[in-house]
Amino acid sequence: MLKLAALAVFVLASLLDVSQVRAAGEQVVIGTIEDLSGVYADTGGQGSVEASAMAIADFGGTVLGKKIVLLSVDHQNKPDIGASKFREWADQQSLNVLLAGSNTGVSIAMAKVAAAKKVPFFAVGAGGASLTGADCTPYTVHYVYDTTALGNGTASAIVKEGGKTWFFVTADYAFGTQLQDAAARVVLANGGKVLGAVRAPLGTTDYSSFLLQAQASHAQVLGLANAGTDFINSLKAADEFGITKTMRPAALLTFVTDIHSLTLQTAQGLYLTTSWYWDLNDETRAFAKRFFAKMKKQPTMAHAGYYSATLQYLNAVKAVGSTAPDLVMAQLKKTKINDVFTKNGYIRADGLMVHTMYVMQVKTPAESKYPWDYYKVVKVMSGEEADGSQADPACVLVKK
Amino acid sequence: MTSVFGVPLPAILGQLMLGLVNGSFYALLSLGLAVIFGLLGVVNFAHGAFYMLGAFAAYVGLETFGMNYWCALALAPLAVGILGIVIERLLLRHLYQLDPLYGLLLTFGIALIAEGIMRGLFGASGKSYPVPDALRGGFNLGFMVLPIYRAWVIFASLAVCGATWFLIERTRLGSTLRAAGENAALVQAFGINVPLIVMMTYGAGVALAALAGVLAAPVVQVSPLMGSSIVIVVFAVVVIGGMGSILGAVVSGLVLGLIEGLTKVIYPEASNIVVFVIMAVVLMWRPTGLFGRESP
Repeated sequence: MLKLAALAVFVLASLLDVSQVRAAGEQVVIGTIEDLSGVYADTGGQGSVEASAMAIADFGGTVLGKKIVLLSVDHQNKPDIGASKFREWADQQSLNVLLAGSNTGVSIAMAKVAAAKKVPFFAVGAGGASLTGADCTPYTVHYVYDTTALGNGTASAIVKEGGKTWFFVTADYAFGTQLQDAAARVVLANGGKVLGAVRAPLGTTDYSSFLLQAQASHAQVLGLANAGTDFINSLKAADEFGITKTMRPAALLTFVTDIHSLTLQTAQGLYLTTSWYWDLNDETRAFAKRFFAKMKKQPTMAHAGYYSATLQYLNAVKAVGSTAPDLVMAQLKKTKINDVFTKNGYIRADGLMVHTMYVMQVKTPAESKYPWDYYKVVKVMSGEEADGSQADPACVLVKK
Repeated sequence: MTSVFGVPLPAILGQLMLGLVNGSFYALLSLGLAVIFGLLGVVNFAHGAFYMLGAFAAYVGLETFGMNYWCALALAPLAVGILGIVIERLLLRHLYQLDPLYGLLLTFGIALIAEGIMRGLFGASGKSYPVPDALRGGFNLGFMVLPIYRAWVIFASLAVCGATWFLIERTRLGSTLRAAGENAALVQAFGINVPLIVMMTYGAGVALAALAGVLAAPVVQVSPLMGSSIVIVVFAVVVIGGMGSILGAVVSGLVLGLIEGLTKVIYPEASNIVVFVIMAVVLMWRPTGLFGRESP
């Protein structure tokens, strides 16, 4: 009897499975895996999911006559959670594309799943340049910015103004070390020197002892190779301990929401590199206004990136008339990207989306005329200037 | 430049100063733990959670009611202390007759629940609490800039620790408390309401944790996890000082903060474990801790 019941359950379960797969075939499934609760929840987080939803709504909610479904989950900055959720969605939900980010370590783990499952993967909020280098896959698109561009923007601007000796406070995982390496390369290439570095765990709240080490180095520049609340906490502590009076802080990755929490009083004068700013032109302002109405804050470059990546994926699906991953990837790689996020962007052989980057300076409180009026453009870098004109030779996809 | 072990003196002095700040928190937290253990015999694993709740009470007070820092310093410990009293009344008191392990498990469970609730309400990343205007800025000590707020933390913590020590070791109320801890039945026979004393003592210990939380709010990010990350170190401090010894808790809190600071200069990688290494050594040498008495 028990055996029979077990058999019935098994049969029912397998029927259920089939019906789920069929349902999934009738829709296009877009997944977002983000840091919804941790140090990057403000720079990416729920706003990223919302931006994707906006793109789907703008696209009309359907593609090829199929309904577009958006899934989202919190990776909690844990690579194993991100990768296993991605695998689960690919196996059970017929996931068509993944947009994910804010955390390079998690993104590297997810890129491996993308390659194994052949699911296009847009790394949106993460920075590590290795995503299109040693860790590249045929299905990865690195979308918003990478550590190379950040180094070429911020570090080179500061070193050219005479900030020759550097000490880094670095987030202790893949992103921090890659960002420090990228910045250090630029510093050395411009005749500067790196006097030392200290690694602080992700999510450190009290930076005082790390900062005293930085101060003891007597370097001119305090390189903050971190992001999100890590960046906010370290800069705040540097200000509190008077270190910003003797050392010039270099914000190697900054989002507009960080400046908002730091306030201009603390952040004024900082150089930073960004791929997008809400107040660049009428088009960006219009997008920002819609986003603000939903999230009560201005969109970061990651949010605009999520919107754009979702839209570009759907455009590609529509153009090839299929969600077949290889067809869609080929279409993406041969199409110029023109939307609110960037103009004339293109996806390189290694998967990097090459586009304009801006070196910005944070305004002083006197210069800021209205809420969220935080940046002035110092320099516009072409995509090639930011990321080099050649694809990364460390990537196996690049023909040598 | 003068240097010790090849490390410049200003760097050492700076880290020692920070060690003193951290030590002040250790002292204040282990003080509450020691009071509760010494007088109730309860290993209060929820201590870190009450510390966290104190910080959140200050944060919510500021965000929702516009309550300033100084009011929070008084009201947050009061509110959290009352919560502690409720927990003692409803749950903890039923366990006094049982093995201390049950109290430990109960308070650990309370800590997990409190953390989970706060994470659900406020997210894991934490909120920032501004330094009060009156305590902004810093003193230039020559070797470092000491933010006024951190100097205040050291001062406030030492004052509270001193007052608590005096209250328990040198006043009539304190001797009643200690007597109730030693032999409840006898004290009860003198007409003293021991359950009331025990309840108030637990409330006071919890309030001390919440006070440390309010003091910490402007220094660290107010986050649901702030308690669990510090409570382990604080337990080590209490064990080193001698379970239940008030003087031991305060002195070893401050000294361990200093040693931790020094380790950050000489061998930073060891700074997270130095407290536990010292704990192991102390336990081998003196199983009752540095200031502990042999149990009767």
